[in-house]
Amino acid sequence: MKLSTAHKIGRFFQYFVLILVGVIMIYPLVWMVGATFKSNAEIFSGIGFLTANPTLQGYIDAVTQNYGGDISIWRAFINTYSFVIPKVIFTVISSVIAAYGFSRFKFKGRDMLFGIMISTLFLPQVVLNVPQYLMYNSFGWINSPFYLPLWVPTLFATETYFVYQLVQFMRSIPHDLDEAAAIDGCGPVKILYKIIAPMLSPSLVACGLFQFMWSCNDYMGPLLYVQTPSKYPMSIFVKLSMDADSGFNWNRILALSLISIIPQLIVFFCAQDAFIDGISAGAVKG
Amino acid sequence: MSSAPKTTQRTPFKRWCDENTGLFFLIPWILGFLIFKAYPFASSLVYSFTDLNFFKGISQYGVMNYVEIFTSRKTVSVLLTTVKYAFITVPLKLVFALFIAYILNFKIKFVNLFRTVYYIPSILGGSVAIAVLWRALFKDTGVVNTILGFFGIAGPDWLADKTWALFVICLLRVWQFGSAMVLFLAALKGVPADLYEAATIDGATKTRQFFSITIPMITPVIFYNLVTQIAQAFQEFNGPYIITQGGPRNATTLVSLLVYNYAFKSNEMGMACALAWVMFIAVALLTVIAFTSQKHWVYYAD
Repeated sequence: MKLSTAHKIGRFFQYFVLILVGVIMIYPLVWMVGATFKSNAEIFSGIGFLTANPTLQGYIDAVTQNYGGDISIWRAFINTYSFVIPKVIFTVISSVIAAYGFSRFKFKGRDMLFGIMISTLFLPQVVLNVPQYLMYNSFGWINSPFYLPLWVPTLFATETYFVYQLVQFMRSIPHDLDEAAAIDGCGPVKILYKIIAPMLSPSLVACGLFQFMWSCNDYMGPLLYVQTPSKYPMSIFVKLSMDADSGFNWNRILALSLISIIPQLIVFFCAQDAFIDGISAGAVKG
Repeated sequence: MSSAPKTTQRTPFKRWCDENTGLFFLIPWILGFLIFKAYPFASSLVYSFTDLNFFKGISQYGVMNYVEIFTSRKTVSVLLTTVKYAFITVPLKLVFALFIAYILNFKIKFVNLFRTVYYIPSILGGSVAIAVLWRALFKDTGVVNTILGFFGIAGPDWLADKTWALFVICLLRVWQFGSAMVLFLAALKGVPADLYEAATIDGATKTRQFFSITIPMITPVIFYNLVTQIAQAFQEFNGPYIITQGGPRNATTLVSLLVYNYAFKSNEMGMACALAWVMFIAVALLTVIAFTSQKHWVYYAD
């Protein structure tokens, strides 16, 4: 079969656009990696990735900077994960419990509660910020050494997006299995963790991964609720460093930024199918 | 060791429990909803009619915050900037996402590689690290201007320029079109191939097929992306806060940033709540319009 010329041109055009757009999309990140090995004098002298005189000075400065010993890059990593990890775990567990209640049982008022749950998907966080801040303030949670305002709410399935996603996934699991288990004497709790949760595990992983990414990126939460420098998470630490010296020390701040996203990049590359399937699966049914 | 069922002797309470098992699983969610969503939601509406100050408390009730919002030049211009931001970002992002998804849907080699490349910005785009990178790219002597220099164009000082700064903030969001693209791609794969075959036999051109088959078949996903992207755009905070601090001269101050400034910089929490409510109502209206217009343009196969 011979391809027509028009077809060949079409093909060429498709690849041309894909590669061009792809390069534009990814080059900022590639440039960033290159720039971390350049001297400050060289960073803005060209747009190339490679440098004739690579230096590790940016990285050395990034890992040694410590603002009077209060906070360093390592401390900031530990701080970040000390609330991100509980947040991820609690979000997944509380969301799967709520999704189970919504999708597997019939009771009076369920549809109304489900409607409320869906409508909170559209509730902007900015409307809730002031009263939440005052409430956490009255609990004594502001600047809590345990980052209470950042993860305690996730114990209560407040991340509605994930509840909604898991309801969608759970609906696609046939009821036969839980009915069979119920006949064998399994209670509803046992059905959840013996049957539903294992079958849902890919979706649970996807939810956990998304929550991990979003929590690592979260800036406003720590900005409001973390005030002691020694407790700053990565997002605040990077912003602080940027403000401190974006005029001159660009290789340091770019190296720091790059290090700060490496764990996220590793997680993404290890689990990219889970991410992409996760995002495709929930929404299409809507 | 299961106890024998004694249905006849169940107390009304036990029967109620059996009928409402699902409710027990919703207890955490209900508590969370009441404490962390409903209560703050209601009280923010109440506060919006007060002059609540973090240190001084409340001394006055009334609609003064709303009057101020719609009469002060500063707040009106911030609201307009936010609308402008959303109306630039959302269409650009969706058009890009659909365009790339459409190309990827042809039998392209390395489709997974391309998908990954396009998707990475969506995962990292919200981070402070990327905001830092954006500052380096759009600095007056930054990468973008160096590239423009190759073509003999003297680029502006993007972040210091009143008109371009907002555009740079918009670009950061448009750059994250990957998640919308993944959804479009999944939807495009779901369009039945026989529709295209039939159209080709009837002599319809590719363009005609795109507008008469592809677009109508994927309207549910267009709708979903539209609604979620509008809601996100109106809440944008990180970009302006980290990259431009709302400047130059408030050119990139979006509503969320102004709410933050009122609430946590000048402690005018009542005003902050009122402004947040104005934004909420705007988004809610747009969402309601989208949902009610659905029956005119969204096609659901089942």
